[in-house]
Amino acid sequence: MIHFIIRRILIAIPTLLAISFIIFAILDFAPNDPTGNLPMTVPPEVREKIRQSLGLDQPMHIRFGMWLHQFFVNEPLNALDKVFGIKIGDAEDRTRVISWATRSPVVDLIIERTPQTLWVVGLSYLFGILIAIPIGIISAYKQYSMFDQIGTFVAMVGFSVPTFFTGMVAIIIFSVQLEWFPMIYDTTLVVDSWNHFVKQVKQMIMPVTVLALYNASQLSRFMRASILDNLNLDYVRTARAKGRSENVVLLIHVLRNSLIPVVTLIALGIPTIFSGAIITEQIFRVNGLGQLLVIAIEGADIPLVQTLTFIFAVLIVAFNLVADVVYGILDPRIRYD
Amino acid sequence: MTENTATLDSFEIQTEHRSLWVDVWRQFRKHKGALVGMFVFMLITFCVFIGPFIYDVDPNAINFRERNLGPSWSHPLGTDNIGHDTLAQMLAGGRVSLAVGFLAMLISLLIGSLIGVLAGFIKSLDGPLMRLTDLFLALPILPVLLVIIMLFRDTLRTLYGPEMGIFFLIVFVIGITSWMHTARIVRGDVLGIKEREFVTAAHSIGTRKRKIIFRHILPNILSPIMVSATLGVANAIITESALSFLGLGFPPDFPTWGRLLYDGATFIQITPSRVIWPGVFIALTVLSVNYIGDGLRDALDPRLRGR
Repeated sequence: MIHFIIRRILIAIPTLLAISFIIFAILDFAPNDPTGNLPMTVPPEVREKIRQSLGLDQPMHIRFGMWLHQFFVNEPLNALDKVFGIKIGDAEDRTRVISWATRSPVVDLIIERTPQTLWVVGLSYLFGILIAIPIGIISAYKQYSMFDQIGTFVAMVGFSVPTFFTGMVAIIIFSVQLEWFPMIYDTTLVVDSWNHFVKQVKQMIMPVTVLALYNASQLSRFMRASILDNLNLDYVRTARAKGRSENVVLLIHVLRNSLIPVVTLIALGIPTIFSGAIITEQIFRVNGLGQLLVIAIEGADIPLVQTLTFIFAVLIVAFNLVADVVYGILDPRIRYD
Repeated sequence: MTENTATLDSFEIQTEHRSLWVDVWRQFRKHKGALVGMFVFMLITFCVFIGPFIYDVDPNAINFRERNLGPSWSHPLGTDNIGHDTLAQMLAGGRVSLAVGFLAMLISLLIGSLIGVLAGFIKSLDGPLMRLTDLFLALPILPVLLVIIMLFRDTLRTLYGPEMGIFFLIVFVIGITSWMHTARIVRGDVLGIKEREFVTAAHSIGTRKRKIIFRHILPNILSPIMVSATLGVANAIITESALSFLGLGFPPDFPTWGRLLYDGATFIQITPSRVIWPGVFIALTVLSVNYIGDGLRDALDPRLRGR
């Protein structure tokens, strides 16, 4: 197992380097000028100076190397400095990845936005799992029953209808018509009293529900299929034959085995929490990571886009590895050697 | 004599024409959802492509006197904030949305099948091509799509005009970022099939590699390709509308369902129907395509067929 993990990490490093280079190249080959949005009155020599101050006069491989150095060496060192309150080397001279639009370090911007995304999107993922597993179990156990028919239909609908439509419908019904929940997510709200807590819950209900239902519909289909695969296996018959009650057979014997692929799928889906947030946050105006990316793309803030996209890629690669490892731990039949 | 006719009758039942596709269609018909899905999908396609000939209102005609109207006889789905007829826009938008879905699916299918077949059939290419597939799978698709469209939009617009430029860009980028699953499935199937006796037999009589692929391997992997084609259409339509919804898709004068929804979202308090209609059509199309895919998967699975 250890060998497998080490080998996978060794493969992951060139993959990530290649991805970071692809992203960098896409951003670099594009006909795009950060001074293009400045007023026409700015003279060309000033524009040239601005370009120089952004480091754009360097050739591409040097800029890529600088970004790599800043992201992989300087930023982690900086984080260490902050966490432990110490200074490693010459902390003042360390260059950081700076956003072109805000002139502040990209990592600080990302840290600022992460909690909102984690709260809204992460919570909806959690609720999605909690809804999906029982529905999947009942649906499979009572295959072709009324519950199963309705459940699979709803899951199919939930899986086909994009969240930007369900979200909009929720806004029309609950914000515009009924005026129960606010349309726009207020991030400045500090939860320090009961009233504010109620407000926070109210503004979170719609985004969390919409996304939770979408996640649940995907997972419940998978859960149902996984249980169905297991229900006809020999060990289930054995468990019944030795007199186990149906509850024990279903919830202990079958459920544990059917959860193996589902857990892997859940791990694989975690990176989509972040990238899927792009749309959800746009619907409900949550200013999390997804919105940060959209703003950065619209403002052609290349360092911010590069860093954010790369972080998404790291998450995907990392959770792929996690999924494989978890699968190996949960299912003793899997041998990676 | 009577016995003779009986055997003859049963003989005739057996010789009744049954090809693979008749069997597939029979199994497909048993799947109610798939049948309804196909009906709805054909209806939408028909409306969107034939509709504009019957309902010939210019979707880009502006009429400020008739803005934000509810449904009426002259405007069955109402009008928007500058007096566009919503029904005409829905029909025009649907045509673009479906065209994007189909073309992007074709591109992704072509790339996916090509890479899958090459990786499965030629051993020396397997490693590099699968690494490439893994690399693409690790790319955060939506951010990358957004970045590409944002950066190359203006160049392509000046090259091919505002409409065709963005159309080709979106079709192309969706196509080249969604082929990975097809490639993996196709590779797996090719690996299995190329070890079978009939391929060995073809080898032994000196059939050329290209001919083996087209004659013997491709027909046998048609079913997974067809299933991923249907799902690819649904996926491409959703991706396109997501891009348009983020404001980085089609321009407002060349709308798709996603763009109409995005434009409608601003006026959600005045005319909520402008959000509902495009959304309903996206949802119905994707749902019906997904059901067709489900039905096809069952119908093309020889273990399930004939039960």
